[in-house]
Amino acid sequence: MTGHDAPPTHGLSTGPATSLAYHTGTWRTERPVYVELSPPCSLACPSGEDIRGWLGSTQEGAPGFEAAWRRLVSANPFPAVMGRICYHPCQASCNRGELDEEVGINAVERFLGDTALAEGWELPAPTTETGRRVLVVGSGPAGLSAAYQLRMLGHSVLVREAAGEPGGMMRYGIPAYRLPREVLAQEISRIERTGVVIECEAPVTDLDAAQREFDAVVLTMGAGVAHHVDIPAGAASKIVDAIDVLRDVASGRPPLVGRRVAVYGGGNTAMDAARTARRLGAQDAVVVYRRTQEQMPAHPTELQDAIGEGVRVQWLSTISQVEGQTLTIERMELDEEGRPHGTGEFEELDADTVMLAVGQDADLTLLENVPDIHVSDGVVQVDPTTLMTGRDGVFAAGDVSPGSRTATYAIGRGARAAKAVDAYLAARVIPAEPAPREATYDRMTSWYYSDAPKQHRGELEAARRVTGFEEVLTGLDAEHAVFEARRCMSCGSCFECDNCFGMCPDDAIRKLGPGMRYEIDYDYCKGCGICAEECPCGAIDMIPEVK
Amino acid sequence: MTTVHIPFLQTGTLAVGGRLLEDEERSVQSQADRPSSLTKGHRACQGCAEALAARWVMDTAVEAADDKLIVANATGCLEVFSTLYPESAWKPPWIHSVFANAAAVATGIAASLHAQGRDDIRVLAQGGDGGTVDIGLAAVSGMFERNDDVLYVCYDNQGYMNTGVQRSSATPTSARTATTPAVGCQPGAPVGQGKSMPKIAMAHEIPYVATATVADLRDLEHKVRTAMSIHGARYLHVLVPCPLGWGASSAESIRLSRAAVQSGIFPVIESRAGELTDVQPIRQRMDVEEYLRPQARFAHLFKPGGEDALDRWRAMAERNIRHYDLLGERS
Amino acid sequence: MREVLEGSQAVARTVARCRPGVVCAYPISPQTHIVEALSVMARTGELADCEYVNVESEFSAMSVAIGASAAGSRAYTATASQGLLYMSEAVFNAAGMGLPIVMTVANRAIGAPINIWNDHSDAMALRDSGWLQLYAADNQEAADLHVTAFAIAEELEIPAMVCMDGFVLTHATDVLELPTQEQIDAFLPGYEPKQVLDVLHPTTIGTMAGPESFTETKYLQHLRFLDAADVIQRWSDRFHDTFGREAGGLVARYDAHTFDRDREAPGANAEDIVVVAMGSVLGTLQAALPELRAEGIPVRLLGVSSFRPFPGGALRDALGDSRHVVVIDRALELGSGGVLTGCVGRALAGTRSRIHSVVAGLGGRPILEESLRDVIRRAHSRDLPTLEFMDLKAGGIPRPPVGATEVAR
Repeated sequence: MTGHDAPPTHGLSTGPATSLAYHTGTWRTERPVYVELSPPCSLACPSGEDIRGWLGSTQEGAPGFEAAWRRLVSANPFPAVMGRICYHPCQASCNRGELDEEVGINAVERFLGDTALAEGWELPAPTTETGRRVLVVGSGPAGLSAAYQLRMLGHSVLVREAAGEPGGMMRYGIPAYRLPREVLAQEISRIERTGVVIECEAPVTDLDAAQREFDAVVLTMGAGVAHHVDIPAGAASKIVDAIDVLRDVASGRPPLVGRRVAVYGGGNTAMDAARTARRLGAQDAVVVYRRTQEQMPAHPTELQDAIGEGVRVQWLSTISQVEGQTLTIERMELDEEGRPHGTGEFEELDADTVMLAVGQDADLTLLENVPDIHVSDGVVQVDPTTLMTGRDGVFAAGDVSPGSRTATYAIGRGARAAKAVDAYLAARVIPAEPAPREATYDRMTSWYYSDAPKQHRGELEAARRVTGFEEVLTGLDAEHAVFEARRCMSCGSCFECDNCFGMCPDDAIRKLGPGMRYEIDYDYCKGCGICAEECPCGAIDMIPEVK
Repeated sequence: MTTVHIPFLQTGTLAVGGRLLEDEERSVQSQADRPSSLTKGHRACQGCAEALAARWVMDTAVEAADDKLIVANATGCLEVFSTLYPESAWKPPWIHSVFANAAAVATGIAASLHAQGRDDIRVLAQGGDGGTVDIGLAAVSGMFERNDDVLYVCYDNQGYMNTGVQRSSATPTSARTATTPAVGCQPGAPVGQGKSMPKIAMAHEIPYVATATVADLRDLEHKVRTAMSIHGARYLHVLVPCPLGWGASSAESIRLSRAAVQSGIFPVIESRAGELTDVQPIRQRMDVEEYLRPQARFAHLFKPGGEDALDRWRAMAERNIRHYDLLGERS
Repeated sequence: MREVLEGSQAVARTVARCRPGVVCAYPISPQTHIVEALSVMARTGELADCEYVNVESEFSAMSVAIGASAAGSRAYTATASQGLLYMSEAVFNAAGMGLPIVMTVANRAIGAPINIWNDHSDAMALRDSGWLQLYAADNQEAADLHVTAFAIAEELEIPAMVCMDGFVLTHATDVLELPTQEQIDAFLPGYEPKQVLDVLHPTTIGTMAGPESFTETKYLQHLRFLDAADVIQRWSDRFHDTFGREAGGLVARYDAHTFDRDREAPGANAEDIVVVAMGSVLGTLQAALPELRAEGIPVRLLGVSSFRPFPGGALRDALGDSRHVVVIDRALELGSGGVLTGCVGRALAGTRSRIHSVVAGLGGRPILEESLRDVIRRAHSRDLPTLEFMDLKAGGIPRPPVGATEVAR
């Protein structure tokens, strides 16, 4: 140490970025970890769609539409159908509802479905052929979902349908103003093009014979038989089953219902029947329901739509007698447990036709002499995991088996049955699925989401609706579908907003590039927690550091 | 105002980046190869908003200056945690002289560069609120008055945090510090609002004055870029929560900044030549409690006897909202 | 070209010819004429390629100089007294960071009581600031010293104060010969800092040093300061060779009989009383001492040109065999004695020298030739105490007149 040739600032100046030598990561008591959580939409989707995933692809705009559709149809081969008829529980649980309004998932699903039909996108071809043969009994949503998924797994699938056309309740139970027949036909034929064979007017009557012919059988006969209640009625009274009316309309044989129609029941079928009655010329369509609006099983939007079309609802009412064109209605009241009881007060209502929509039963004639398949509560009992009935190799899904009687549930159960059949054929056990962790709203930092209210689908004016079976809801155009998709908050899954990367005070996060997300540099991360706190979608956990 | 909200995106320009943004909408901080002018290995406390703001400011300035930026730093946390010999967390040429003179040192650098014909090299001075509002005020004011070609950035954490959280003249009313303890009949910092350095700067009628927070990156980057596009004396005042001094969780620094703005406590403004030219409206109005309650320095406000102080805070927010039209009622 | 010039003008012109890049100015008496003159030159273009910054305080003057120097410019400012103290934090900092700023200190007393007149209290207060302190005996030397000061400071990367007595020199008019622009351009190398704020080669300057490295850092600065003596002497020699006159150096030797400045003058003899002083009082002593020689008192004169670094070796050489020293001191260490005396004493430790501290000329009190002679006579007759306050009035300080308070009572 001598002389003044060395820089004078020796000891008080240094090179740039020399702090890299100091590893602040040792300060940490908690470490941030990126996580992938299940969004409430998917958790609520009975079809098990990766909604966040396909909305994410849709966000890219036109270049992402096909990828979005492919992600969608990996769970549900009916996006154009379900984009119209699903009562979308996903939206009810959507976290965005806490912020402004839920994402219009269903509308985007329909957009993708319609776009695929317009573009002629085909379902993927199976990559292998197992040579195994599976029979699916019934071509409703459960049956076709099972058939499609089995086909994707390389099995040879035959669907036998008793009716003249495939589709089950999608065809015969849902009016065309909600689901144009052409849309259904196209999505079914697209499934057929994957190699699924559908035979119509081919009821299965002998299970033993079927089992000899096929390696496995999936029962998806649905619940197409109207449930009956006993109402004292005179000979002149016209009492029909709502499901039959819907089926006749769907089959091109619309019945005459008169000017005044009463519909008995409070489910979606009741709503469909009342709205159909209006379209068949009834001036007055009254829904008679014995409980209150809150207790009504019909989806609120269905009720709203019906009321919008002039349907009236008489709450807390039962039909106690039908005599000619006069109905005797008893007023009901609820007890403390919410059950309706007669009050002894009566009134009269005029109706040319009474439509019964008090429930539907499964058609179990096939199983009448099959003692090892257990039927209880009117449905086939199955193993809750494998959906296998009491008989080896025979599975059941959809309305014929326990659970919610909705198309979306049927599609989900059909897919599950397919998975179970595949495992059965391979003599495998279906691995237990880890319990999903939900991306709850309280994890999110909603501040970062743009102010963007939901795009409502255009609706036909009510006046136009009741004149025909034209589709009521129109779809979103591409711009609005993309907008709507971009309202998705990607709950629990990093969408690369760069907040963690940009907001780390310690510069301790590396950005890995588009689609690659980020990496935390634990040599320097001090564990302050800002990244987790400011992650819009709650995709970062802070976990205690174990030394 | 300064922030562009693009309506058709998940997060628009509210988040740091986003895969759907066009190139021109991307922030400096979202770039994988950003300068990181204040890089890792510095010794700021966990959750230090000053460290964060300094990187944001500097990176934007470095980009705006095409890598030709020299920085003068006042004594304080920022200096101490970034440059403990033989380590430095800075990438641009950087000098620290003493506490009160960052503005004057920067003037000297700018004067030197001008004399050398190197006006392409830009000069930035920075310090905390103590080094700016208190001890350094004369030098800052002198630099303003001479209209020296310096961008001065004050990182305001409302106290002398480096020395152990003592009151500065930027400490707000009723805040507990080591020298304004929360005891007695008027606990915490005395009534008053501290000095408003942005107003003092505006009174100098310098070309550009702005305030910003770590709650809005785009706004901050926009302001640094605007400042860098102008020559002469410019002032940027950035609110930077201090987890230690404010008694808040290290994860809350950004959230507190947001609450300060959205409650009306910290107006985010722009001024040119002494005239107020832009105000960031409140986007989601928050109550002052959302700002105050998470901070231990205000814990006594939520105990019996704290009502008066709390009322003063509400009044302060109301006054700002009225004065700056933060709810956009007049426009 | 010889011309009649005020000291401040002479300094200002010389500084301008040293081509500083940045000059910072803040007014304080008695330095003001220097920066005023520079401001004119900045406007007329005589001071070209230079930023003249009117700062708002001395603290900022030094701070601006720090920034300018760190950015690679030759930086200059001037101050005095309270101003020097006001900037003192930055003064220490400039030295610590090795920034070769040159600053004229127009030496003046420090208050309270406030006093604008000359003594050395201001510079002495900052003797440990890490700056070189070079003292001018007259205005020619004051002007010339600035040329060598820049050269020395920049070679060493240590800042330098050129100290000249306030009013006595700054406001005095003499016939002077200033180095021309061509001469200075040929003599003074351009400023090439070893470490600079450079966007192509970024560095961090001014880090914090912990206990593990602070001592070593200071030790390095100490070694650099030790080197300074040689460098000062070398540049002084070079100036002498170039211009044919003395400027600075470590100590100033004077002929034993004529008391003219003479670098070849031999060291003092054992019987000599040596008078040691700094600044303009050397001129007074040159005039006063021949009469004592004539009286037979063996007196020699020795000037301290470089107070920092303190030239212990050169001082001892010039004292030769003399062990009797009278220091004329213009700054007081309360309770102890003259500040310069302390330094001389430390340099002569172990030599058994008899050292008198004569505190003189505080706050502008005229130093009379006769008073100086009286002191030396008393030293010669051995009745000068170790500490003497020259011309201390027996009556003390006048009492304030009766004021309003008294009347009211």
